[in-house]
Amino acid sequence: MDITINGARILGEIPILGGIPITETLVVTWVVMAVLTCLSIWLTRDLKVRDISKRQAVAEKLVTTAENFVRTNMGEKWMAFVPFVSALFSLSILSSLSSLLGVFSPTADVSTTLAWALVVFVLITYYKLKTSGLGGYLKGFCDPIFVMAPFNVLGELFTPISMAFRHFGNIVSGAVITTLVYWALTVANRALFGWLPGVIGEFLSGVPFLTVGVPAAISLYFDWFGSAIQAYIFCMLTMMFISSATDE
Amino acid sequence: MEKALVLMGCAIGAGLALIAGIGPGIGEGYAAGKALEAISRQPELKGDITSTLLLGVALAETTGIYGFVTGLLLIFVAPRIFLGML
Repeated sequence: MDITINGARILGEIPILGGIPITETLVVTWVVMAVLTCLSIWLTRDLKVRDISKRQAVAEKLVTTAENFVRTNMGEKWMAFVPFVSALFSLSILSSLSSLLGVFSPTADVSTTLAWALVVFVLITYYKLKTSGLGGYLKGFCDPIFVMAPFNVLGELFTPISMAFRHFGNIVSGAVITTLVYWALTVANRALFGWLPGVIGEFLSGVPFLTVGVPAAISLYFDWFGSAIQAYIFCMLTMMFISSATDE
Repeated sequence: MEKALVLMGCAIGAGLALIAGIGPGIGEGYAAGKALEAISRQPELKGDITSTLLLGVALAETTGIYGFVTGLLLIFVAPRIFLGML
């Protein structure tokens, strides 16, 4: 039995600008975005002041949670970031959880996470430039002494790379380990029941007894817990980097 | 012969890259132990301590993840590039 571990498959190509490939990542991301949009529209339909429906209660709870999350981590003057952070969080967690449906998870592609991290990097640089001006921004690289400048530049450039690889690596490692365990259990199953003679052995070794249960527990950790934690960490770092960009 | 050497080098490199998993393992265990001490001293701060712990643990995990990504690159990407060079 072979193990197949592969990245996003290329499904087609848009024939402009020399052919932009349509990968599984792209398709699933658009599906996730459509689901999020429909969910938001459905949750915020006919809002009332009194006699609120259960749906509105859920929507209010979500918004309040997001506001508190931003308020405790960034402070009151950054409340304009609530939509950005909650969009990032919900996109990240739904993308990671889409692996539960058996489709390719967009966060298991480094392009997705790198794109998000680059958006955050642009925001960080924008706020640094806004607070201290171009001169102050460049001066910040020569922080203790001038000799440290290359290391400071490297450290600045590695912020988005480390954020992207952290998210990507965690999701991919979960996928790889799940695949390996599944493969190992199937092989063990075949070896265990393959000893039985004749038709019975053939029949029983085809039925995956051992693959019931254990992959579910692994999926509970890697898919549910890992996805939630990575979305949380990504948003947390985003907020910390952006709010600390204006400190200096 | 060269092909075998290249593949061997990539496989050994990938194995060595995963040694990076030791560091985060020790570090995260230490952090979790300290968090446990803090919770037993002040059980009322359990929520705050847990969220800080999770953030710290995920940050400490980054070095291990770098090793893992290097391993992935050595297994899935590097052989093709190096074999194309031959």
